[in-house]
Amino acid sequence: MGSLGIMIGTWLAGFLTLAILSFLYKDNPFYKLAEHVYVGVSAGYWLIYVAFFDVEPMLVETFMTETGLERWILLVPAALGVIMLSRWFPKIAWLSRWPIAFTVGVGAGLGITANIQGYVVPQLQATLLPMTGFNLVSLNNLVLVVGVVTTILYFYFSKPHKGVLGWAAKVGIVFIMISFGASFGYTLMARISLLIGRLYFLFSDLLHVID
Amino acid sequence: MEERGKRSFWEVMDDIDRRIIFVILGVVVAIPLLISVGSEIPPTAPVISAHESVETLEAGDYLMVSIDFDATSAPELMPMLHSVLRQAFEKEVKVVMLGHIAIGLPLGHAALEQIAAEYDAEYGVDYVDLGYRPGYIAVMIAMGREIEDIFGTDYQGTPIREMPITKDLHSYSDIDLLFGFEHGAVIDYWVRYAQARFDQRMTFGTTAVMAPDAYPYLQSGQIEGLVGGLKGAAEYETLIGQPGLGTRGMPAQEWGHLLVIGFIVMGNLGYFFTRRKRKAAGGAA
Repeated sequence: MGSLGIMIGTWLAGFLTLAILSFLYKDNPFYKLAEHVYVGVSAGYWLIYVAFFDVEPMLVETFMTETGLERWILLVPAALGVIMLSRWFPKIAWLSRWPIAFTVGVGAGLGITANIQGYVVPQLQATLLPMTGFNLVSLNNLVLVVGVVTTILYFYFSKPHKGVLGWAAKVGIVFIMISFGASFGYTLMARISLLIGRLYFLFSDLLHVID
Repeated sequence: MEERGKRSFWEVMDDIDRRIIFVILGVVVAIPLLISVGSEIPPTAPVISAHESVETLEAGDYLMVSIDFDATSAPELMPMLHSVLRQAFEKEVKVVMLGHIAIGLPLGHAALEQIAAEYDAEYGVDYVDLGYRPGYIAVMIAMGREIEDIFGTDYQGTPIREMPITKDLHSYSDIDLLFGFEHGAVIDYWVRYAQARFDQRMTFGTTAVMAPDAYPYLQSGQIEGLVGGLKGAAEYETLIGQPGLGTRGMPAQEWGHLLVIGFIVMGNLGYFFTRRKRKAAGGAA
């Protein structure tokens, strides 16, 4: 029964793979079917996971077992979660602003400190590099510093990009273009990797023509 | 139709039907996959650093593995996950898995069970799957204080204090290294909340799309290593001496890249050589 289940699952996965790939020719009912199955299964899976692995153990069971403040404090997030659903009812939709305000406030508070502490300061420190002597390390550091400064200058719009500022901005564009090129190259690699993954599945698990 | 028959070579190059390109790309990627098993890929510095960060762990140390991807990125990230788990179990490092993408965690769990079985590792003693909790920022910050506050039980509902591997696990100070497998912005949160606030050592494997965004963290020393995309996975397989799908996919990857470069060159040449004709016809250059 187990091997039969695996076989059916493999053939189903093979069919869904080909159905999705058929979109490369043109939109068609098989693609639509596979797309809807993916969206439905993903949403259903996520809902079940959150309900049984999070809401039940962290809220319901904890409420039943805890005592004192630890128990009653759980009503606050529970109430905020329920109030969020008020968006479905236009007359009381304004209530949903409270949990949204709470979320935005917490997010902004955490985000500001985290971005300064974990991104801005460390990245600034990483740009303050030594350039001692004529060697490859100094050259590399020089390229990095010039790249950072000229790229920032490109986004300085309070003065016309003329003269020294204009030349610096043009150098900045070169660094930006190199960055875009690197991102495009990596994206291409990612997409071909996905194709390799699917073809490997078809050849190996479905057709057994390779190990 | 007669007009199309008179088209020059460069006009054809400038206007190839995209479906023809898809078919050629499919064939060019499929053939190396069918006939070649791949060869060792020389590892690059970021991948060597990632490998060394795991190598610094000793038997009994804790490696936290974060599954922050789903099926859409599995072809890139699963090979590197397999390699890192093999390296960890080989060194008898204790593996603690969790994840921030609910739908992707079962993929990580399947890999964990598969690799653990290869090394006769025991669940609850040598490895554990804590599962998923929503709100990754809250989860990351709370784990810096007390892991049990967030993960009171593992994915099966077993209290973590009842399992030998987690009975003394309290916070990041007990985690010797975090290895995250990322296909989105969760890497930013790991660095900004767990590394910056709690000084947690961390290394990442990312999809190729995410790799350029992760390099600044590597350059600044906030993360110890970076494995980017299927090529990074192939390099990691070379370092642990166990070739897998990463290595197998490299010939196909190389031919696919060469083909796309060829198409870019031919398309641009076609555009260049037909520009004058379009101008003469009154079209846009």
